[in-house]
Amino acid sequence: MTSESLDRGTTLQPVRRTAGRPSTGIGGSVRAIYIVWYRDLLRFWRDRARIAASFAQPLLFLLIFGTGLSSALSAAGSAAGATGPVSYMQFMYPGIIGMSVLFASVFGAMSILWDREFGFLKEVLVAPIDRSAVAIGKALGGATQAMIQGLILLVLAPIVGVQLTLESVLLLVPFVFLLAFALSAMGVALASRMRTMQGFQIVMNFLMMPMFFLSGALFPLAALPVWLTVLTRLNPATYGIDPIRRIILAPTLPPGTSDQVGLTIAGQVVPMAVEALVLVGFGLVMLGVAVRNFRKRD
Amino acid sequence: MTETEAPVIHAAGLTKQFGELQAVKGIDLDVRPGEIFGFLGPNGAGKSTTINMLCTLMRPSGGSATVAGFDVDRQQADVRARIGLVFQDPSLDGQLTARENLQFHAFIYSVPAAERAQRIAEVLEMVELTDRANSIVMTFSGGMKRRLEIARGMLHTPEVLFLDEPTIGLDPQTRRHIWAYLRRLRDEAGVTLFMTTHYMDEAEECDRIAIIDGGRIVAVGTPAELKALVGGDIVTVKTDDDESATAEIRERFGLEPIVADGSVVVEVEDAAAFMPRLVRDLTVPVTSVSFHRPSLDDVFLKLTGHAIRDEAAGATDMMRMFGRAWGGRH
Repeated sequence: MTSESLDRGTTLQPVRRTAGRPSTGIGGSVRAIYIVWYRDLLRFWRDRARIAASFAQPLLFLLIFGTGLSSALSAAGSAAGATGPVSYMQFMYPGIIGMSVLFASVFGAMSILWDREFGFLKEVLVAPIDRSAVAIGKALGGATQAMIQGLILLVLAPIVGVQLTLESVLLLVPFVFLLAFALSAMGVALASRMRTMQGFQIVMNFLMMPMFFLSGALFPLAALPVWLTVLTRLNPATYGIDPIRRIILAPTLPPGTSDQVGLTIAGQVVPMAVEALVLVGFGLVMLGVAVRNFRKRD
Repeated sequence: MTETEAPVIHAAGLTKQFGELQAVKGIDLDVRPGEIFGFLGPNGAGKSTTINMLCTLMRPSGGSATVAGFDVDRQQADVRARIGLVFQDPSLDGQLTARENLQFHAFIYSVPAAERAQRIAEVLEMVELTDRANSIVMTFSGGMKRRLEIARGMLHTPEVLFLDEPTIGLDPQTRRHIWAYLRRLRDEAGVTLFMTTHYMDEAEECDRIAIIDGGRIVAVGTPAELKALVGGDIVTVKTDDDESATAEIRERFGLEPIVADGSVVVEVEDAAAFMPRLVRDLTVPVTSVSFHRPSLDDVFLKLTGHAIRDEAAGATDMMRMFGRAWGGRH
């Protein structure tokens, strides 16, 4: 490269001393949230392999675990009693959608750790924006990806013998999103405290797996021992998976009976609106923690 | 001082404490608008810590600093909007294209919507990456990534561009190339460049240099001014016994030699006349003797008593070089 080739370019604009404006206002924050969210989706879209792989685990659960347990339950002659008016496969199917959302949300949000590892996070943190925009954009980005990964699984409905209607799918979208948002916000809050990838393994083993097992994804939450009843009701994921199940199974069940599969507290079925509020509340608290951590400086 | 001559970066008594360790021990600094200012020192001298404080990434433990007229501690957002940064380690998103990386930057820096596309085209043109705008960054060479980072740092028309070791781990040809862009930025756009380096040849390119060692600035000036501090010629003698040679030179010639990098280094007024006398008079066997005009290496050695190279090519540099060569996912 010779210096002549450099001279051919257009003349650079002189520095405008009045240029840079800090974008801490609402407009700047909205733009920043948008672009952080958009980048996550762009990366998600480019990673087709991951989208394909996101089918694998739920399929394994449904086909092998689901079929195996169904057979065992029917051999024991207790299938009808255990999962109410639906088969075990039908019962488990919404739980597997919830599982996908659970893992995809937390993984998506914790991609912040990769950004930290590979330096990109620095580019975001030195920008003249309120750092809350980074936390919010990341939570929304993780939530959107997880929602898509969860909703993709609706194509499996015919295989497990679950009917879907336009109405049930439309009602499902906001609930899947709320679950995804609450868990993504939790993921961002966790990642905002971590400096290395090491913490990820701990989160996986000591938080995600218990949350999954205690969420009602795999077994009904009625008639459990007291300690398990308490733990499952303290789990925020429970309040996401239960409405997903009620909405998905409603068209399959006789009219007005979908509450039979619903979550109960002290013998009362919890209204879905209350479950939505629990998810929103949990998500906002987690987002608050994330924002506070992001605003700290060395 | 008139309005235009006001320093664009001003630091007074800036310190940074990490627990027991004081990494920066009171730095006073004035950088003028439109100059290329180099921060020269070995690894661990406090260069990166200082630059991080000036960029609002770290909070000073003491003292104060302003950049483009704004306080780095109390007016962080104002400072950030007026500076561009090129980090020591790559900070691009390797899974996005060059253009997408720049778009991301334009959004978080609030570049007005009407100007975005044009600014992006301009900076890509500046670093000659226009034809690679839509390629995924992962496929770029180390030099191309660095150029893209410089383009990104300039996208929001900052007044000051901070560069932390901008050419570390790059081959000499790429380094010259990067320098051509940097000079053009200064000459045509009038941007002030503030960079850290531990490469002497890179420091020579700067308008002014601050030599930093052990968390303190030991000298500030143009490369010529600093070299004038050394005065005469630099004679390097390799002997079988450096310690006796040092003692003899001190005794017989009344000079102050320094042992560095396995040779005895001494500053004399006229090397051509001194060398024959040295070889004749020394009782210690001399294996080689040479001289050169003072370089910044010699300035550093004289001011700090140790060579900058001692720590320069450490393990971290090696890792960075391999990292650049092989590339990560980013």
